[in-house]
Amino acid sequence: MAGQFARLGNDLYTGKRSYDIVGKRRVWFIAAVLLVALSGVLLLARGLNVGIEFRGGSEFTVSGAATTSSGPAEEVLQGIATDQVARVSVVGGDSVRIQTDQLSQEQTEQVAGSLAEAYEVDRTAVTSSFIGPSWGADITAKAVQGLVIFLVLVAIVMALYFRTWSMAVAALIALLHDLVVTVGLYAGIGFEVTPASVIGLLTILGYSLYDTVVVFDKVRENTANVLEQTRVTYEEASNLAVNQTIVRSINTSVVGILPVASILFVGAFLLGAGTLRDIALSLFIGMIVSTASSIFLATPLEAALRMRRPAYREHTARVLELRAESGEAAVVSSSDVRPESERVVATIPGIHLGTTSQPRRKR
Amino acid sequence: MARRSSIARPLYFLLLLLVAIYGTVGIGSATADPEDEGGASFAPNLALDLEGGTQLILTPRADDGQEITSEDIDQAIAIIRQRVDGSGVAEAEITSQGGSNIVVAIPGEVDEETVALITASAQMRMRPVLQVANPGTIDPAAVAAAQAAAESAATDPTAVDPNAVDPNAVIDPNATVDPSAPADGATETPAPDTGADGAMPAEAAAATDAPSDPATETATPEPTEAATPPTAEEIDAAATSAADLDGDGTISSEPLTEPTNPSDQAWLTEQVYYDLYTLDCTLPENRAGGSDDDLAAPLVACSPDGTAKYALGPVELTGSDLTSAQMAYQASSTGASTNIPIVQMNFTNEGGQKFADVTTRLSTSQAPLNQFAIVLDGLVISAPSVNQPIPNGEAQISGPPTDPFTRAAATTLANQLNFGSLPLTFEVQSQEQISATLGTEQLERGMLAGAIGLVLVLGYSFLQYRGLGIVTVASLVVAGALTYGLILLLSWWQGYRLSLPGVTGLIIAIGVTADSFIVYFERIRDEVREGRTLQAAVDHGWIRARRTILASDAVNVLAAVILYFIAVGGVRGFAFTLGLTTVIDLVVVILFTHPLMKLLVRTKFFGQGHRFSGLDPVHLGASVAAYAGRGRARTVAERAAIVANADTRTIAQRKADEARAEAEAAQAQAHAESGVDSDVVVAAPVGATDRVADGDRDTATGTTRTSDTTEENR
Repeated sequence: MAGQFARLGNDLYTGKRSYDIVGKRRVWFIAAVLLVALSGVLLLARGLNVGIEFRGGSEFTVSGAATTSSGPAEEVLQGIATDQVARVSVVGGDSVRIQTDQLSQEQTEQVAGSLAEAYEVDRTAVTSSFIGPSWGADITAKAVQGLVIFLVLVAIVMALYFRTWSMAVAALIALLHDLVVTVGLYAGIGFEVTPASVIGLLTILGYSLYDTVVVFDKVRENTANVLEQTRVTYEEASNLAVNQTIVRSINTSVVGILPVASILFVGAFLLGAGTLRDIALSLFIGMIVSTASSIFLATPLEAALRMRRPAYREHTARVLELRAESGEAAVVSSSDVRPESERVVATIPGIHLGTTSQPRRKR
Repeated sequence: MARRSSIARPLYFLLLLLVAIYGTVGIGSATADPEDEGGASFAPNLALDLEGGTQLILTPRADDGQEITSEDIDQAIAIIRQRVDGSGVAEAEITSQGGSNIVVAIPGEVDEETVALITASAQMRMRPVLQVANPGTIDPAAVAAAQAAAESAATDPTAVDPNAVDPNAVIDPNATVDPSAPADGATETPAPDTGADGAMPAEAAAATDAPSDPATETATPEPTEAATPPTAEEIDAAATSAADLDGDGTISSEPLTEPTNPSDQAWLTEQVYYDLYTLDCTLPENRAGGSDDDLAAPLVACSPDGTAKYALGPVELTGSDLTSAQMAYQASSTGASTNIPIVQMNFTNEGGQKFADVTTRLSTSQAPLNQFAIVLDGLVISAPSVNQPIPNGEAQISGPPTDPFTRAAATTLANQLNFGSLPLTFEVQSQEQISATLGTEQLERGMLAGAIGLVLVLGYSFLQYRGLGIVTVASLVVAGALTYGLILLLSWWQGYRLSLPGVTGLIIAIGVTADSFIVYFERIRDEVREGRTLQAAVDHGWIRARRTILASDAVNVLAAVILYFIAVGGVRGFAFTLGLTTVIDLVVVILFTHPLMKLLVRTKFFGQGHRFSGLDPVHLGASVAAYAGRGRARTVAERAAIVANADTRTIAQRKADEARAEAEAAQAQAHAESGVDSDVVVAAPVGATDRVADGDRDTATGTTRTSDTTEENR
């Protein structure tokens, strides 16, 4: 299998086999817009199921409990509300503190009674109260502020590094797409959003940009002098770059997702709900989405932005014209194996290596 | 070609780094007091969710029995969070409980000092500004230079008057008169100059306008100006000598002359100067606040964002003199409302009277003496300047005309003022041990997940990259060792604590670190596909991969730094982990993976592209014709044939084989001549005939082959 994969990598690299990703960009754009719209609708219609860290909840304290294990409390809460994740901790030696989502008055009474029974204490030894959010609005505000500053700075850094704004814009749009779709999936599935999932979401931020920067770096390399030759158009050169980095993208994603998947597996199946599952789930979704977007959204978007510039449009027209004159068929057509003469290959002119290529005297 | 030792140099450097990290931790843990929780050890400190800690339940009480609103509780939580973050405790959890209590959970043991810091009442005071300075400490070199200059001028160094020409002239407060400093408040009352609020870096820049005068510049220059940062002792000595106004060698807190009013420069006692010189507002621990108790004494305080430092006179008004504050919009000269946010303050009758007196005095002073500082919880949240007396007990604070407040900034300031108008004290209801919320099970399972993930990553990289998987394994091991060592160091020095999200982040970093190896490997393969020899591909692929890795890691580091400095609580912990793992990724790729590749490619297994090395050129479909010397190129098929039939014998072996073949041929000839059936003899022994064939071909194409072999192995 690995051999076939490497051979696919070879074929994609040399252009023997090529998927027309940039050319079919309209399809990807429509898909992305639909996904984002769906996420928006889900977000508005269902909203996010935020955890007690964000909206506060109910708290019970059992004093003088017979046992301080968390088992009885979890059983009690499962009997009352199934999707509640109880945070149980021992306070001061023989008291048990149980935090859960906001309960109604009736439920509170019921839980307090059951808890007293479960921990073998008098009903009066169980006190209930409600707690405010530990992840308050001020933390969210600061995080959002940091995010906005980061996005602005990253746009500037990328625009300087790639020396074009179109790549920075495309990368940011792809990033926003990843975040919105991940959050939308959360809303759709109805998983609880905890601080751990927010942190997972922030990790995707870095991951998505990492992926996109790697692909764009290849695009930049392939298209460095694209306007100075008349063999390939910009779109073809950038499509070749995506094809050449597909194997790398898949490999990095698999390697990145494997640890996440194992955490998700352990978290969800061995432990049930909790921090591990929350953080791994948002990462799992986000990584898959961001890998897909770095291939199918970022580069086609970049090419589309590029093609709005007259210089690139004229260049494409000229290349196609010359090709028609010489009687060659359009190069980018099928994804099948194609003969050598029809391949789009990177046109990197040779350079003189100077004295560095000369043998050195041994010292 | 570079020698082996120079290639291996980064590896030695990395080894040294690892030894240094673990050596430091080892020495630290050997000498540490076992009772001391923050000491060095070979197990990292764990955060609240994994280890538990101490839970304090606080009840805020207003001194004057006023009712406490939920906004006050929120504000109190923000202040406690600032105190806790400032004291270096990682990821405390602060919630409100039952609408009237505040629950603070702190990882590990809590000492009396921390409790005192958290429960200190948050008081708001208004004090006149005596001097504004840069946030850093004094620069001993500048002091020495100033003293030398003063001595050569032969002035009296023991002058009693601080304003006299003496070594202290460099910090003469009157020299700070700067005509550009007072911002024009137009029709408004206290004109804004420094809304030194943490959320507004631009405002804070305005705050540092005042000390831009060369006189104060000399007094407290940025410590970074010195070539080497001065030690604490040097700063202390320099501050002592500069603050010692009467030259008796001791620092006194008594004013030299009796101050006539709170703005009197006589309040700048030796102690105040000393504090002003030694307080380093750039350090977060000095911005924890909470110490503003002596109402009649002067104070040295920082702005919450650490961009300015103030010497302040005694308290003139307290928070209880203020009834309320709110965000409003500035009225234009015609009375019409504009959209420029300002903060409106209302004083009590008594407070309004006091404020009128203060502003009357301040408005006639020069900058920075015309500023009054609003000190909340020991930090200067705002220091507006006054340019006219304000008699009616109502005042407005606005941003400078060039850089007005944002809505959010004005609201924040108004909230802070409101909170300050209600002096709260925190009563400790209970202080109890609290167990971990997640328990050891989660951590163990997390570790298990990490181990499974690691095995999967290794399995996949062996499958995909064959022999190169070894490079991945070794690099991940090195990255893991570095990360663990750094976490040990940080939990010792910085009080860093590992939470479950932190552990998860580290596990995920396994995959992300492996990403950069893949980028590198793929680049090498690309270069091999281009037809480069393996050694050249490693060098060339590295140059290209390095650029990509640097660019993408730079983005991650940027994210980490920004989130670390702006966000609070859990996000900050995450940013820290992200930055740490990204930097380690860079260090490992540059100092380990690349040198290791360069060494491995010299071995026969990797260098000649063995089938299982992951670098097999045929397998990778090197499809470009390669230069074969003498103006000829060789196609892929030819190259493959050469690799398949490579003659690995030495010249001596080949000559020996040739000689043997010739001898056998001659023998056969002799046999044939002697009448035996020739076919049978030539066919046996089989091995020998093979050699003959080989030898023949070699003789025929000998010269070309020699140059080919050189080409392939270079």
